Amino acid sequence: MARPIVIVGASLAGLRAAQALRNGGHEGEVILVGAEAHAPYTRPPLSKELLAGVQEPEQAALPGGKVDVEWRLGTTATALDLERRQITFEDGERLTYGKLLIATGARPRRWPGDPIGLDGIFMLRDLDDALALRAAFATGPRLAVVGAGFIGCEVAATARKLGLDVTLIDIAPQPMTALGPAVGARCAELHRAHGVELRLGAGVDGFEGDGRLEAVRLADGTSVDADVAVVALGAVPNTDWLADSGLELQPGVVCDATLAARDAEDVFCAGDAAAWPHPMAEGGVIRIEHWTNAAEQGPAAARNLLAAPAQRTPYAAVPYFWSDQYDLKIQVVGLAGQAQRMRVLEAAPDGGRLVLGGERDGRLVAAVGFNAPRRLPFYRGRLAGMPPIEDVIAAVAADEKALGDPAGATVPA
Amino acid sequence: MTKVHVDMNLCQSHGECTYVAPEIFELGDDDVLVWKEEVDPSLREKAREAADVCPMLAIRVEE
Repeated sequence: MARPIVIVGASLAGLRAAQALRNGGHEGEVILVGAEAHAPYTRPPLSKELLAGVQEPEQAALPGGKVDVEWRLGTTATALDLERRQITFEDGERLTYGKLLIATGARPRRWPGDPIGLDGIFMLRDLDDALALRAAFATGPRLAVVGAGFIGCEVAATARKLGLDVTLIDIAPQPMTALGPAVGARCAELHRAHGVELRLGAGVDGFEGDGRLEAVRLADGTSVDADVAVVALGAVPNTDWLADSGLELQPGVVCDATLAARDAEDVFCAGDAAAWPHPMAEGGVIRIEHWTNAAEQGPAAARNLLAAPAQRTPYAAVPYFWSDQYDLKIQVVGLAGQAQRMRVLEAAPDGGRLVLGGERDGRLVAAVGFNAPRRLPFYRGRLAGMPPIEDVIAAVAADEKALGDPAGATVPA
Repeated sequence: MTKVHVDMNLCQSHGECTYVAPEIFELGDDDVLVWKEEVDPSLREKAREAADVCPMLAIRVEE
């Protein structure tokens, strides 16, 4: 009997991969293994609508969660033996696969001194985290957010909407540092305008309290009084269980362009845990921790898993992600992290809507829209070719649908 | 004909659908989504693709 296809990871990438296997006509055995006990759900609302209490967990359920495969939820993989094609689980059980798709995602980076041993300190990744934080918010605490990246900024915005006192702390001089100072400065201004206390360029030394959190201690000797702290220091891929497998980890699973793990047979990877050579990265591998990548890469890896090697397709979609903070929707296409600088390419006369272009060596590698969703396809279609920035500027000038002449200020990224 | 439903309580105008299926979806004035509620079956796959990439899971395509 043929050995099963095993998908380890039952969130967005894993679920979509399972659906793609069935849609691709695969009728054989498929086992979908997930560490969480919950049926698959979508994570973006966890820092926004669900945290704010305007959405309930049922509304976050991913459609098609009942795909006809064998489900093993609440099951954590702890080791992989490539030679025997065996996965070991927490309870010691082993499973032999014919083909393996790794979609174990990522988890929040922990505070270095964790466990801190104080109540009132939270991280945000899964549904249980979000519900626990929501319950804490209901008591009207003073909130300190440690880390002003995407999750930190979104949590701060949601907390302000709920009327909480919020201090946003980061060692970087700007929030959203991954998008460079031009975007970061605008985000800082936005949070200030909404009443967030910003402590930027401020390192955190530790947390104080007696059983319960009372203050966050900063490196400059001052402290921020807080009843609740959210530690939002980014994410690390869940690849520890693969440490002894022989798979190349960086720390994502290093794959070829078709999402097949390098130097391994019949092993594929998708989502936050996958590192692969995107054509825009020009030889390097990238890893993307965003919704759309998981949604599209899961099926892409599944289709390649079913295909003969010569029929596999490289995964080269231009990455997309977004962040909602207050009434601002930031949308990013391309590889913003690789931009050397960002400049405003178009802006509405009132300045409320604009698009910044990220350039590397004079070529467009990313576009960042502020409340400008209609303008994104213009850039997205061009980004795969990484055109010279001057060509893009000329095309914007010739486009009657562009938002307007930019201030033209160039800001180093 | 294939029916395309969008829950406008969920839609947040990401525009992902307008990128993968511009034949069906468009962001109109004020960035509010407009779409064809009935499309030729030849567009069904594109409509499904749009539903799959919708970050708000707002699109449903009737079989």
